[in-house]
Formats: sequence, structure tokens, C-alpha cells
Amino acid sequence: MIKFKLNGRDVSLDVPEDTPLLWALRDDLGLTGTKFGCGVGQCGACTVHVGGRATRSCITPVSAIEGAEVTTIEGLDPAGSHPVQEAWRDIQVPQCGYCQSGQIMQAASLLTDYPSPTDEEIDGVMGGSLCRCMTYIRIRKAIKQAAAVMQSKNSGETSNG
Amino acid sequence: MGRLERIAAEQDRAAGRGLSRRGFLSAAAGSALLFGFARETRASQLYPMGAPLPPEEFEPTIWCSVAPDGVVNVNIIRAEMGQHIGTALARIIADEMEADWDKVKITYVDTDPKWGLMVTGGSWSVWMTWDVFRQAGAAARTVLVEEGARLLGTSAEKCTARNGNVSDGTHSVSFGDIVAKAKPTRNFTPEQMKALPLKPASERRLVGKEVKALDIPSKTNGTAIYGIDAKIEGMVYGRPKMPPTRYGSKVISVDDSAAKKVRGYLRYVVLDDPSGTVPGWVVVLASSYPAAIRATDLLKVEWTPGKTAHVTEKDILDHGRQQIASREGGTMVFDDRGVDDAFRKAHRVIEREYTCASVMHYQLEPTNAIAMLKDGIWEMHCGNQWQSLFLPVIAKALAVPEARVKMMSYLLGGGFGRRLNGDYVVPAALTSKAIGGKPVKLILTRSDDMMFDSIRSPSVQTVRLALDEKNTLTGMQHHAAAGWPTEVMAAAFMQKGVDGKPYDQFAIAGADHWYDCGPVRVRALSNDLANATFRPGWLRSVSSGWTPWAAEQFWDEVAHELGKDPVELRLSMLNGNGQDGRNKGEAPDSTGGALRQAAVLKRLSEKAEWGKALPKDTGLGIATTFGQERGMPTWTAGAVRVRVDRATGVVTCEKIWLVLDAGTVVDPDGAMAQTEGGALWGLSMALCEGSEIVDGVCKDRNLDTYTPLRIADVPEMDIEFVESTEKPMGLGEPGVTTIGAAIGNAIFNAVGVRMRHQPVRPEDVLAALKEKSSV
Repeated sequence: MIKFKLNGRDVSLDVPEDTPLLWALRDDLGLTGTKFGCGVGQCGACTVHVGGRATRSCITPVSAIEGAEVTTIEGLDPAGSHPVQEAWRDIQVPQCGYCQSGQIMQAASLLTDYPSPTDEEIDGVMGGSLCRCMTYIRIRKAIKQAAAVMQSKNSGETSNG
Repeated sequence: MGRLERIAAEQDRAAGRGLSRRGFLSAAAGSALLFGFARETRASQLYPMGAPLPPEEFEPTIWCSVAPDGVVNVNIIRAEMGQHIGTALARIIADEMEADWDKVKITYVDTDPKWGLMVTGGSWSVWMTWDVFRQAGAAARTVLVEEGARLLGTSAEKCTARNGNVSDGTHSVSFGDIVAKAKPTRNFTPEQMKALPLKPASERRLVGKEVKALDIPSKTNGTAIYGIDAKIEGMVYGRPKMPPTRYGSKVISVDDSAAKKVRGYLRYVVLDDPSGTVPGWVVVLASSYPAAIRATDLLKVEWTPGKTAHVTEKDILDHGRQQIASREGGTMVFDDRGVDDAFRKAHRVIEREYTCASVMHYQLEPTNAIAMLKDGIWEMHCGNQWQSLFLPVIAKALAVPEARVKMMSYLLGGGFGRRLNGDYVVPAALTSKAIGGKPVKLILTRSDDMMFDSIRSPSVQTVRLALDEKNTLTGMQHHAAAGWPTEVMAAAFMQKGVDGKPYDQFAIAGADHWYDCGPVRVRALSNDLANATFRPGWLRSVSSGWTPWAAEQFWDEVAHELGKDPVELRLSMLNGNGQDGRNKGEAPDSTGGALRQAAVLKRLSEKAEWGKALPKDTGLGIATTFGQERGMPTWTAGAVRVRVDRATGVVTCEKIWLVLDAGTVVDPDGAMAQTEGGALWGLSMALCEGSEIVDGVCKDRNLDTYTPLRIADVPEMDIEFVESTEKPMGLGEPGVTTIGAAIGNAIFNAVGVRMRHQPVRPEDVLAALKEKSSV
């Protein structure tokens, strides 16, 4: 029995220890927003947060997340309104949309590490997330917009004490 | 009616189905399973939703209905795979009926025969729906105005519809109230629909205006449901064990002693496929997908491989070369009077050969399907682009009548033509059949998916030009040999050449150009070794993604040989003249003809500052096409600026410019998104992709060796659409068409070497530079 926190709730799972987190999330826990793309950690469609870090769930066995906090696209924001999600809708980023859960989770993680990312930082971090529809121009634009919104929110909070 | 719909109508007539299948008479929606996107809901994915049409709704045609609360539902028969097609099509109908856009929702339907031809490809959707949806909108508007006028106590002539209301100028009544109070029931025959007056372009209020795509919100919060997300109570998981060759492999023995040790392993099934789609496939069943993956790895199967077990990419290209070298064979798409004479009398002939490597789809959602028997009907749950083509194949595989098979639509995690080929549904169906119709969810792992991807065939093209003593162009030939997807999978859809022979228009389109360059021969050759080795596929932009690699590099080569400017040379040939007047264009699809292509090229050369001096080892290249096909031209001109690193051979694309005239643009942002993505596909195929057939299959199995373009490789882009009120053409693919050739031309302009094989690899550039410096 493996226990961890999923989107803020305690869950326990009775699956073989080497089951990839991806399939546990999708098939045992019913959260299909996290996607299967390459199965070898190279496309980024399966990206979730483990302990706040962007993690490829397709190559992460459930045994490795015992006791950890896991966040999926469904739990990124209770109302689905994380600044990255808002920017994604505003700039109309998704086409087929299949990679976008992973892109959004990776972008949210990027903005934690680099609140105001340069193009090189975006390339470095987002380079592991393949978009076959090639929505890259809009991904870059939306990341910058989300960064600006988050920065102004943060500075607003600061100035308000 | 579009050409495809005419073909479908002809097939229906031949099958004696007549109007009952294709007519627009109202029919109850029954208890079909449907999904759709409602407005203003967060978790807007409604699948599966039992959707018997409430009797109080007004359904003037099968395409839309109006409910008493004013909600307008639009039925979408096209696959949603990133083009936001439901939004674009709903805009057409809503605009014509003067609906309130905030009350419009869309429903993606299943394969009821009443919808007619269900195919999503070729950039056809808007083009082939434009007329019928405007007519359907006009039908709804006509009735709502008549009934609204009656409720207002006035005459229809005094009333107008606008934004979901009918008004006589003083009083108004909403569409919802009209339906609730007047309970209209009138519906229309196709003839009646055609006779209805349509709004002039100046009265359009939604078409051409900015809109947020209805399918996007659910794609940002994890609620969008793709085929791979479908779930059926009691389903088991399957993964195929792929045979060594795409065709002809026979199972000799199966040993599951190791597989049995996997917790959750259930059994294996050796498929017996009367449709011949998946010969030699074995499917492993398990209670979870990870267990199915592991057990399949451990299952030992011995096969007798098919005859193509040792075929290589070079074998296929060499076979194509031999086919082109022979005067016999192939189909003449153009074979103008005087072409042989021109070459016989030529003072000089310029001839070049161009090749393209195999290209893989790598749609991000691996192919998958759920199959099950429910209440006597075989249900197939999956994303698919050509249900009308594959439903009969599935029926044949199951040995049941077509009426007993139904395909349920889901979002597609990428189409790009991969899911026009529905081969992946057949093994799911056969496996379910083997276990008594229990639901089976079959998923191909990435390596399974790539091993038998329906690839863009490698191709060989030879282009020749005849010139007289004054260097006047006197004749031209373009020969192309490649695998023919349409011959292999949809032979009835092949077109006839001028010689009466069938040919795959998707393996030659793009070569049948609009230039005036003397008599032209265009010959299409089916590479039978390719067809036997793999299942050739339709891949984004089909042949219009690779014929310009030859044609549009060739014209640059000719211009340089003759000391002419490549843009000027093209403009001089885009004059509207050509044998039998074929380049004048024809209303409504190609009104204006070659002159519209000249216009986009002129505009492009201004934007990209053609002729301006550039830094060292940097070059601008241009190319122009007519998008996907002559019958539906999206006039396209593209330019790229590249920098070539002489030390490493690396080509960097710094900027792309595109000018397109697609007639009316229905959804401007969707059009822009499709063109951005298309252009980057063009760039990715030219510089980053390309596989190779080794031992009968593509050597690449995942992203470790197959390397599509990533975010860091994206250049600056400047895309412009010509303002137009002409009939809308397609935009899903034309963005691809010019980029490859423009890159080839730009490389030449940067460093003086001509790259005639795609993809362009750094080592090939280095070799070409070395060869040039040694001359």
C-alpha cells in the first residue's frame, strides 16, 4: 500500500510498486488530465509536480512518491485559474491540447524558479516539452504574460503589507 | 457541393441510398452518444451524454436546432484535432441565422449514416461546409423570422433577425420564445435550402471576427477527454505485439510462460483479421495497462516474416528512380500537346532530381481505441479522422453488417493525417470479439505506434525544363514516385488522369502548378515497393508538403542558371495563361487563378525585403504554392531567412514570412494558429525530422532518435492573410507547403550550395560545402 498526498488529499494505492505514477493517476485514481506521450520521459506530456518540482510521471514509479505531495493539472488551482492557465486561455495556446497539461505544469514550475524568465531560461526549461501542433510561439508569449501577472500580484501584495 | 461530397453522393446513389442518407429532412437524434462544448461551463466535456433531442426543440435541418431557452446547438461531423473546427463551423451557421453567439453550443456526433461523408483532412472542413452551413443557417433564420413576425402580429418582410432576436423595429421576440410559443416544425429539402437567399458578405457579423475557441478552456484544466481517456465499465487493457513486417507476417508459435508471471496478465489473442488490416498481430490482455506493457515485452512470438523484411529506404528510392527513368507507367495528371516536341527540339534541357526521406507523424497521443459489443452494436470509442472509410473496414474485420458498427467521436491528441488511417481500431475490435464482446481498451506504446506508423512515403522527383536558343521556356516535366496512401486505403477516392488512369492526388498535388512555362507533363508514379513495405500515410499537407521541395527549388535553380531574379521569373509565369486556359481560375473556388498567386508573391517579396543585402552566410529564400490542391487553392507565398554555420553545417532559421490568400477567413485566430503550426511543421520536416526504412520498418522508435522541432528552434514569424470575401479555402496545411523549398533556396543564397535531399542534415551541408570548395 502506497500513501501520498494528491492535490491536497490523502490517497492510498494498492498497485505493484513499479507501476508508473502516470498510469496510477490515470487509471487507478481517475485523473486523466495527465497524458501518455513517449513513455520515456522525453516529451513532457505526463508532467506533474512532486513536492513542487516538475516531474515526468511516466518514468516515476509509485514507490518513489511514498509520502510525497503530488499535484496534477486538475489540482494546480482549485478553480482552474492559475495565472498560467488564465494566460493559456487568453492567448489561445492549445490546439489539439494533448501536451498542454504537461506544458502548463512545466510552465508553472518554471515561474516558481524564474519569476521573470528570459527567452533562454524558457528554452532551457520548456525544451523538454514537445508540442506536436507547434504552439511554441504562443507558449512563450503566455509564459511571459503569466509572469507579468504574477509579478504585479506579488508586488501588489507586498505594497499592501 | 465540394468534390468529395459529390463523390460521396455518387457512391450513395450507386448504393441506392439516395436522399434518405444525405437529405436534410429532420430526423430525431435518437439516443446517440455525443459529446460537445457548451458555453460558460468549466468542465465542459459532456461525454458520454445521452442526447435524445427534446421534442420541444426546433430542428429545421439536421445541422442545428434551437431550444425554447434560446440555446442553439450545432452538430459537428468533423474531428476536433486542434484546428478548433467546431468553433469555425458554428460561426458560419450562427452568422447566417443571426444567432446570439453566447447561446451557441457545439456537439460532436457519432457515425449515424444521416451525416453523410465523415472525413476530416485535406484542409477541407470549412471549404466543404461553407455552403451547406450557410444554407442551414438561412433555413433557421427564414422560419424564425416568419414565426416571429406572426407572434409580433406583423409580416415577415417587415422583420429582421439579429443577435438571437426577431424585430419589426419596434417590438422584438427572442429565438427561444419563438420556439417555445410558436413551436415551429418546418424543415427543408436540399433543393429548398439551396433556393434560400444568403446574406451578402457586408452583413456578416461573426465570420471573420475574433472569437475564443470553444474547445480551449477544457484543454487548460485537464477536463478535455481524448480517445485514450475514455473509460468503459469492466474494460480490460490490451497492447499489441508487433510482427516483424507490416504485411505478410504469420504467427508460428506463441509462448506466454514468462508473461504469465506478470501480475494482472490475462491472456493473449492471435488476431484473425478478414479485413487484412493487421496481419500477424498478437494482442496481450491484462487488467492494467502497465501489466499489458510488461507482459507484451515478455511474450515470445515466433513469426514467418513477410517479403519486405529486408527492404531499405535506399531500395525504395532506387525503385522510384527506375520508375521515373522508364517512359512507361504512372498516370499523366497533365500531358499537354507539344511537350514531347518541345524536349525533342530543345536547345538546352535543365534536369534535377530531388528526394525526401520518410517522415513520421508522432501525433502525441499514441493510437488507441476501445471496442465493445453493446446491445448488438459494436461500439468503437476513439478519435478518428475518416470514419466513413474505416467503419466498413471494421465491419469486415468483425464479419458483421456496417449497420452494426458505430464509431464514437472523441478529441484527437493530434491528427496530422495519422488518424485518417483507422488501422488501429481493427485490432481493438478483433480482440473484443475474441473475448465475447467485452470492452477492450487497446493502446499502442510509442514504439508500437512508430514501428507501423503510416508514414509520409519517401519520394523521388525529377523535374525537367526545355529551353530554346533564346532561353525561352518551351516545355516542362515533373515526375514524382512515392507510396500512394489513397491507392492502398481508399482506392475509390483516387482521381483520373488525362490518360484515364487512376492516380493518388495526395501523392502528386502541388506539382500541377499554375505557371505558364510552355506545355507541361506531370506524371504520378505509385512506388509499389513502398506500398508493399509500409502503409503509406497521409501526413499534414500530403504531397503539397513535398512536391514544392522539388518544384520550387527547381525554379530557383533555373533562375540562377539563366541569370534571372527568382521572384521575377515566377511572376512572369504567373500570368494566368496556360494550355486550355487552365490557369485563369474558375469561380467560386479558384476565382482569379494564377494572378492571385502572383499577388501573394509580390506582397511577400515586399514584406521580406527581397533583394536587400544580408550579413555573411545569411540568405533569404522564397517559394510559392497554391496550398493543398488546384481545386481548392490557398494562394501561398513563403520566405525564410537562414544562417549557415560553415564550421558545423548547422542551418538556423531566423525568420519566416508568409502571405496567404485563402478567400474569406472564418476564424482569424484559428487560421493564424494553424498557419503558425503548419509553417513550423514545414521547418521541422526540412531540418529536424526524417526517418529511414531499415529492414522493412522505420528505424526510429521514440524521441531519442526522432527529433521534431522544439521551442528553442522557433524563429520569428510574420504571417499575413489577404483580405477577401471570396469563398473560404483551407488553412490547416498550406502553412507547411512553401517552407522546405524556401529553406533550400535560402541555403543556396547564403552559402552557394544546393541541397536536394530533405531533411537537410549538417553533415550533408558540410559535404556540399567541401565539394564546392574543391571545385
